[in-house]
Amino acid sequence: MASTYEKIATNTLSSAQSSITFSSIPSTYTDLVLISNAAVSSGAAQMLCRLNSDTGSNYSFTRLGGDGSTTESSRASSVSYMQITWFGYLTTTINQAGIANFMNYSNSTTNKTVLTRSNNAGNGVGSNVNLWRSTSAINTILLYPDASTFATGSTFTLYGIKAA
Amino acid sequence: MPILGIIASQDYTRITSSYESIASATGTGSSGTITFSSIPATYSHLQIRCTARSSSVLSTEYIIIRLNNDTTANYIYHGVEGNGTAASAFVSTGETAGFGTEVTGAGATSNVMGTAIIDISDYASTNKNKTIRHFGGDDTNGGGLIGIRSNLWLNTSAINRIDIISYRAANWTTTSTFALYGIRGS
Repeated sequence: MASTYEKIATNTLSSAQSSITFSSIPSTYTDLVLISNAAVSSGAAQMLCRLNSDTGSNYSFTRLGGDGSTTESSRASSVSYMQITWFGYLTTTINQAGIANFMNYSNSTTNKTVLTRSNNAGNGVGSNVNLWRSTSAINTILLYPDASTFATGSTFTLYGIKAA
Repeated sequence: MPILGIIASQDYTRITSSYESIASATGTGSSGTITFSSIPATYSHLQIRCTARSSSVLSTEYIIIRLNNDTTANYIYHGVEGNGTAASAFVSTGETAGFGTEVTGAGATSNVMGTAIIDISDYASTNKNKTIRHFGGDDTNGGGLIGIRSNLWLNTSAINRIDIISYRAANWTTTSTFALYGIRGS
């Protein structure tokens, strides 16, 4: 059987950037997986995401996180972004590791659900389930921090998984 | 051809050329069970990735996993989940199947699916009980659940069949997709 887990694109920042974009994503896979190892230039931030340049209030998420002493669950509805990180947020040290699963991303029948895990050993861990209320196939993923900029050395890699 | 999901999701070193598609299925709209049978024992681990919604009149549905068609009380599960308001944890023993995470039923907003990633470690072993890890949930723009769960199957048999069953005895919709992958160890 052929290997079915393939790298589509990778981006290692050589300078601070306010956002990164994966565009022209082929529709030939079943799921997409985004792996990040990132930091921000100052302070702390959550990593947010928009799909297909949609800036409307078409996103929502439910999240679960913990920081060693507290567990928490909350949600946001009808917002203009998805949230990739939660308790495993971005700081100025590249010790954040995250994975986001864009499930059945290329179908044009259902809304899209994105499962994420975020880990930051200095802060905590989190899981989010995000909804994009659109039936469009995902062809562009925009990532950006809600404060500061992505720091030099941050890495973002997008993979495709193909089902039989 | 880099990486594999179970490794990637745990942030371990990536392994190349080791993640393969075994089979996939789509809901029929008339059955609440998806069966992957005759699973070869040639991999080290299995992963199931699915988007699912059932015909249940309720807005919520759950994924049930049964191994080798064993319907006896050989399953245990633990879970941690968040419903958007609070986090909670639970355990149950003596179950007749493994209990997975929440997806959507027909009572949820149209076209909204739940998703799950299910890892089964060392599934072909014949000298240890089997552990399943679930990560999944659904968001319905005002409702939903995110959760992680572990299931223990008190049986040392190699797994050759997996049934993915609707907890509410409803039918998986035709928009539901289920894919089984094998992960090689060497």
